[in-house]
Amino acid sequence: MSSHIQNIIEKYGKDATRLMDILHEAQAKEGFISDEVVKEIASQLNISKVDVEQTLTFYHFFSKKPLGKYTIYLNNSLVSHMMGREEVAHAFEKVTGTKFGSVSEDGQFGLYNTSCIGMNDQEPAAIINGIVFPKMTTYRVKEIIKAFRAGESVTDMINSLGGGHNQSDLVHSMVTNNLNRRGAVIFSEFTPGDTLKKINSISPKELIDEVKKSNLRGRGGAGFPTGLKWDFCTKTPGERYVLCNADEGEPGTFKDRVILTERPEMVFEGMTLAGYAIGAKLGILYLREEYRYLEKQLETVLLGMRGKGLLGRNIAGKEGFDYDIRIQFGAGAYVCGEESALIESCEGKRGEPRNRPPFPVQVGYLDKPTVINNVESLCSVVKILEKGAEWYKSMGTKETSGTKLLSISGDVRYPGVFEVEWGITVQEALEMSGAMNVKAVQVGGPSGRLIGPNEFHRTICYEDLPTGGAFIVIGEGRKILDVVKNFMDFFIDESCGSCAPCRYLTVILRNKLNKIMEGKGVASDLDDLVNWGKQMKVANRCGLGQSAANPILSSIENFRYEYEAKIEKGKDFDTRFDLNKAIQESSRAVGRFPEA
Amino acid sequence: MSKPIVATTSLAGCFGCHMSLLDIDERILDLIDLVDFNKSPIDDIKEFTQMCDIGIIEGGCCNSENIHVLKDFRKNCKILVSTGECAIMGGLPAMRNNIPIKECLEEAYLDGPSTKGHNPEGILPNDEELPIILDKVYPCHEIVKIDYYLPGCPPRADLIWNALVALVTGDEMKLPYEVIKFD
Repeated sequence: MSSHIQNIIEKYGKDATRLMDILHEAQAKEGFISDEVVKEIASQLNISKVDVEQTLTFYHFFSKKPLGKYTIYLNNSLVSHMMGREEVAHAFEKVTGTKFGSVSEDGQFGLYNTSCIGMNDQEPAAIINGIVFPKMTTYRVKEIIKAFRAGESVTDMINSLGGGHNQSDLVHSMVTNNLNRRGAVIFSEFTPGDTLKKINSISPKELIDEVKKSNLRGRGGAGFPTGLKWDFCTKTPGERYVLCNADEGEPGTFKDRVILTERPEMVFEGMTLAGYAIGAKLGILYLREEYRYLEKQLETVLLGMRGKGLLGRNIAGKEGFDYDIRIQFGAGAYVCGEESALIESCEGKRGEPRNRPPFPVQVGYLDKPTVINNVESLCSVVKILEKGAEWYKSMGTKETSGTKLLSISGDVRYPGVFEVEWGITVQEALEMSGAMNVKAVQVGGPSGRLIGPNEFHRTICYEDLPTGGAFIVIGEGRKILDVVKNFMDFFIDESCGSCAPCRYLTVILRNKLNKIMEGKGVASDLDDLVNWGKQMKVANRCGLGQSAANPILSSIENFRYEYEAKIEKGKDFDTRFDLNKAIQESSRAVGRFPEA
Repeated sequence: MSKPIVATTSLAGCFGCHMSLLDIDERILDLIDLVDFNKSPIDDIKEFTQMCDIGIIEGGCCNSENIHVLKDFRKNCKILVSTGECAIMGGLPAMRNNIPIKECLEEAYLDGPSTKGHNPEGILPNDEELPIILDKVYPCHEIVKIDYYLPGCPPRADLIWNALVALVTGDEMKLPYEVIKFD
């Protein structure tokens, strides 16, 4: 074992900033990371054991204990529940004979919950030993567990292949693209390599100006102008880096999955153009572990680009432009989609957001000026260079140009990815995806807004209703409080724990929500939810914490009646504290039996 | 007009907040001009003798007696102020909240360094005169409605003084950043 770990560590040049990769490889060998391995890694990298442990224990997919020969992660996102997760989970527990959060006695099956895995258009979905099993049913559960017991491998259980590149040998996945609408930018005609050659006729400054002129805004959700971000980065001297954010952890988004499946060249070319613009030598694609099944394809594309001179030295024949790309896998942490947490993770640390300022364009990866862009933003750059800023600006709205990939899921006939021009109304998006009897739409995922029919006329764009792409449709039969509870559980699980309000207040709010759901709520509980929820915005460091009360705040704003229906009337304050219940435990401990 | 009446108590606290109240130094003479005290350790009045205007609560609730006292305060005070970390969040005593009570009691009375070997019969205190401890330490607002919160461990004397004056005079209270930041 010792020499094995040594080999891994030497492969990464004994570089502690590559701890994520080292832990991934160590875990791949044994299935978990033992104390001995932790000690070995620490001593080899010349860092403390705690340094290794804090990274190891931060991420959902790393484990210090064996996870079972077959490690089953079942998505517990909202849409997974909407599509029947409960009975699938029950079937898993029944046939494996173990409960979620544990490994079966024979060590064969480990059952675990996991946050949204980017398969909202084909739920309930599970990841078993790295392979995605979409559209799970109780029948399928019984079938695969029976096969595993009979000694079949996980890959043996791939019984169909999704469309497009999912069918290729490199991806070979059951995941379907559900690319329901191709637009003019991302999913238009594309010939890999052509646009990149244009760098011979355009200076970095001109490229930045062109992107600025196009009004391209970041597609991750915040909408910061991409050209401006690049420009800022060039103002700070020193080595610079490009990071592409493919963490896509917001429940309800899965557009990057489809881009990375169908347009990997475009992503890497976009990253290369960003590198050209800011004068970087290295770009890193930060990819969520859930999309590990795309690794082989992505690495092959990178190899191909190097072979064609589109990566490496003197790229596309441009003298002196040397640039390469590596892939950094995450290990299951929503917060790593926050750009400064993503940097920390790339450096092998816990994904805790940094204080800003300084911003990543000044002090980023390895404390050097760094540009971080969303997958979709970088792809857009390729098309902007190909067809020009004016062409790009001719699409969308005044302040939000171009197209947007919407990931539509939930109670719709055609869940999937739709490339539309910015400015489409919510109503149009609902009609486009075949939504039925809609009660509410969660725009932008849990951190976004829950809206009701009175807002369906609003337009999707930065000047009205912004979104990073998630669009979850909630039908008439659903209970809004169930939706909110699922989102609150998600935020509790995914908080990095750095800021106290995000760590504690989320739990307190969820408990209050539970109290209301159990019919024990009173009027002051609703006021507390609103007043305390507002504190999250001002008292947390990063966007995750700041928006963690959004599900509660926006649902109370738009669906107050669903809360009020559960609340006891005519009573302002009651914490439901029960003294008799509160003294049971100590009465038992000392052998006293108070009168009931 | 008669003076407003103040009551105070220390529940599962350390009396530090009361000490901080006394830290207003010579202003204690102004305080006596400003208010009268009823039930409070300061004047040693054990039971409420009249309806009070302001109740100052130090400490959270760790046992049944704390609950009775706190409810008594709610009944007899128009305004309740949770004063200090323990009243607001449970504070240091709440550190036991994740440990089973039996373990806590055994550590305190059987296995602790000062008790090990000195309690051969393994007695855990259980006289019916003793209040019984709760499953966990509760902050006061999880038991009764609390009107105001004064943070700090303890809240500094000026904060308590200013809050009392503001409550009595009805003037808005100044809360500069320095008074409410703790790290």
